Formats: sequence, structure tokens, C-alpha cells
Amino acid sequence: MKQLSVEHLLGIKYLTKNDIDLIFETANHFKEVINRPIKKVPSLRDITIANLFFENSTRTKLSFELAEKRLSADVINFSASQSSVKKGETLIDTVNNILSMKVDIVVMRHPNVGAGVFLSKHVDAKIINAGDGTHEHPTQALLDSYSIYEKLGSVKGKKIVIVGDILHSRVALSNIFALKLQGAQVKVCGPTTLIPKYITSLGVEVETNIKKALEWCDVANVLRVQHERMDIKYFPSTREYTQLFGINKEILDNLGKKIVIMHPGPINRGVEITSDVADADQSIILNQVENGVAVRMAVIYLLAQQIKR
Amino acid sequence: MSKKVLLNSKEIEIILHRLACQLIENHNDFSETVLIGLQPRGSYLAQRLADILTSDYKIKDLNVGLLDITFYRDDFRRRDEPLEATDTEIDFLIEDKKVVLIDDVLFSGRSVRAALTAIQSYGRPENVELLVLIDRRFSRHLPIQPNYRGRQVDAINEERVIVNWEELHKKDAVYIDNK
Repeated sequence: MKQLSVEHLLGIKYLTKNDIDLIFETANHFKEVINRPIKKVPSLRDITIANLFFENSTRTKLSFELAEKRLSADVINFSASQSSVKKGETLIDTVNNILSMKVDIVVMRHPNVGAGVFLSKHVDAKIINAGDGTHEHPTQALLDSYSIYEKLGSVKGKKIVIVGDILHSRVALSNIFALKLQGAQVKVCGPTTLIPKYITSLGVEVETNIKKALEWCDVANVLRVQHERMDIKYFPSTREYTQLFGINKEILDNLGKKIVIMHPGPINRGVEITSDVADADQSIILNQVENGVAVRMAVIYLLAQQIKR
Repeated sequence: MSKKVLLNSKEIEIILHRLACQLIENHNDFSETVLIGLQPRGSYLAQRLADILTSDYKIKDLNVGLLDITFYRDDFRRRDEPLEATDTEIDFLIEDKKVVLIDDVLFSGRSVRAALTAIQSYGRPENVELLVLIDRRFSRHLPIQPNYRGRQVDAINEERVIVNWEELHKKDAVYIDNK
């Protein structure tokens, strides 16, 4: 019972509600651990983990690395910009070369959708998806839900609006799966050009008026405008985006209730949210970062538990 | 299967009072001492001793904590059943304190070994002692012995020692279970 139903963490859509409950329960214990004077446990001292980042990342990579080290695993890091990928090596070859060095778990971020699933079918290691293109970013969704659960006591029945670039966002997709699985109500809000056509088939509603969306919700998860994924112009200007979808203190103060503000980072201050909102006491952005380490420790610990000696 | 009563509730109560008095002998007013129950089962014994010390012997401001050792165990990935963690509740510093680790049954000593590692995450104690209700002799895998023991038992490896607490099982009792 106290085991995950999956062998890899490839996406939230493969998880069950029990899996999420187990991850949260385990994360609670690790959150206590990382607040001790000595923030480390020896559980994974005979496990080696490779962090393969084929796409840039700062906080996810740091968070994973810290989680691994807090569990006493041995860690090797790899980023595509300094590697043989540039010389034409295939993904399977790269990974198999790394696995020959006796690696047990691979944490991978890749620009291509489904890279984690593909890899899990071809190599003999536990795979944790740290973001695959515009598809899923399961640990981010888990830490977002965990932060809501921590702040509001539960996720079930809560109203959550995801604001911004839903089309290019793996955070949005994983969050929708995770929140729906836990019984939350979800709306997405953003320019219609950045909302996928069939998004309502996932059981979410679309709202294009930011004020209405905020009035409805308990929690607003604000996403970054991902200029790097936009090959064409999806809205006329950043300034116009800010005017229509940016969240500032004035909007929040006029809501008549205090909603929780989340952001997966990195923040474009003054674009999707203003500085005073990002730093307000109703913002749990930095709690999300702290919880990220605990949640990733839980995921790694639970998957490592399945590796037989 | 036969189940033999090793200690009944009256005997357990006498033992708990004796252990409490032995602790007082060594720790006076407990101002420099903390009691740490090992989760899950040692926590009942720790709480019981704390209750006796506070109510019958008027010890004030006793520090009692609960320590989960799951992440420090040496059998991670070596068991069929997954390990299940419980809560740790230590809301005081143990730096330079005298720590008394408390568990119900001392068998292989591996839990205590894990606890000795775990407790260091909260600082460097001045010293660490071990109190157990039941000390199973001749079954140790590690060189660990208790400072305070309720009762010493010579049970063979196939036998199980089961401690029942009133809080959980309606009645205090210690059984030896012969499978």
C-alpha cells in the first residue's frame, strides 16, 4: 500500500490520488528534516542519480540536486550545452553511457514532448521527468498542490485559476491533472491565443477576464510569459498583456477577499505580476521553492524504495 | 501458537515507577535532560514515564520528544515491505543536553543504532542513555546495551515479544508469542 503505483515519475496523468497522498505524507516528513539543524538523512547513500538537463533550468536543477544531496545520494550533473549532444549523439546513447557508470535514477529535462516516456522504455533506470517540452512538469505540479494543501488545509473543493500562457506551459498541464485528481475546481485565464482549443475537455473552464477569474478563485497560480517558446506573436505587446492579464496590488485589494498568489518562477516582475504582489504576504512563491525540495525528496525516496538490491 | 503473559498491568506499573526513580537518581530535576521516545512504539513508554515523573514526582518543565528513525534505518531497500515513516516531534535543542532514548523492546539494537545517528541531526548531546522496557538478551547484532531496563528476557529468535499499551489495546501487558 505504501508504495507508488508507478515505476517512474513521467507525468501526473499516470498517477493516482493515493500516489499524490503518499507523496504529500512523505514530503511532510522531509519538510521537518530540512528544517533541522542538520538537514540530511542517510537513506540513499548507495544510490546514484544523474541530472540530465537538455534544456536550461536554474531552480528545478538546484532543487533536485539539493533534494538528492539531502537524501545522501551521489549526484552527477549534465547539461546539454556542454555535452556530446552537440556532437550528434542520440538520447539513448547519451543516457546508456551515463548508466554504464552505474546510475540508478535519471532526472531529465528535455525540450521534446515524451522524452521521459521514450527513455523509460529503453533504459534500465528510474526516470523522473523534470519537464518535457510543453507537455508535463510533474514535480512542479506536485509542489504547487502541496503548497496549496499546506496553506489552505486541503486541495479538494478549492478554486484555482491558472493565469497566463497555458498553451506553452507544462506547468499548467501538470497542474490541471494534479488539481483535478485531487478534486479541485480549475479555471484557466489568459489571451485566447495562448489557450489551447480543447482545454475544456480536461474539465477546466476558460475565463478571459482576469478580474472575474480572481473574484472566483481561492488561489491564483500565475505563469510566466514564455517568450522563448513563442515562434510567432501571440499578443500585440508585453505592455498590452500586462494591462489585460497582469496582476497588481490594486486589483487584489479590490477583490473583497484575500486570495493566495503562486508563481512557479522565474518571475517577470512588472509583466505577469507586479513586485508588490510577488512580495505580498498572500504570496507563497518562496514557500513553493522550499516545498519543492521536500516534495522532490519524497518522490526520489519513494522511487528509490522500489530499486531492489 | 501460544501466547504467554510476561508482565501484567500491575507489574508494568511497578516497573515504570522504578524506572522513573532510577532516572531521577541520575538526572535530578531534569533541567539538562531530554526524554526521546523512538517512534512508533517507544513514544507510549516515553509519554507514560513523563506522566509519572510530572504527576507523582513533581518534575517540572520536562522535555519529551518523539523521534522517527525511518530514514536512518539500515534496511532501506532490503525489505519486502516498504518502510513507513512517522512524525518526529522535537521542539527543543539537544545541544549539550543529556538524552535518554526510550524504546519498548531492545532486540537487535539496529533501531537504537539508527536513533543514535538520527539524534545527531538535532545537535551534539552531552551524553546519550538508553532506557527499554524489555531487554531481549543474546539477540543483539550490535554492541548496544541499555542503561535502564524494565525486565530482561531470554527469548529465542523465533519468539516475539509484544508490548500492549492501555492507550492502544485497552490494557497494559507484555506477551511472549511462540509462533
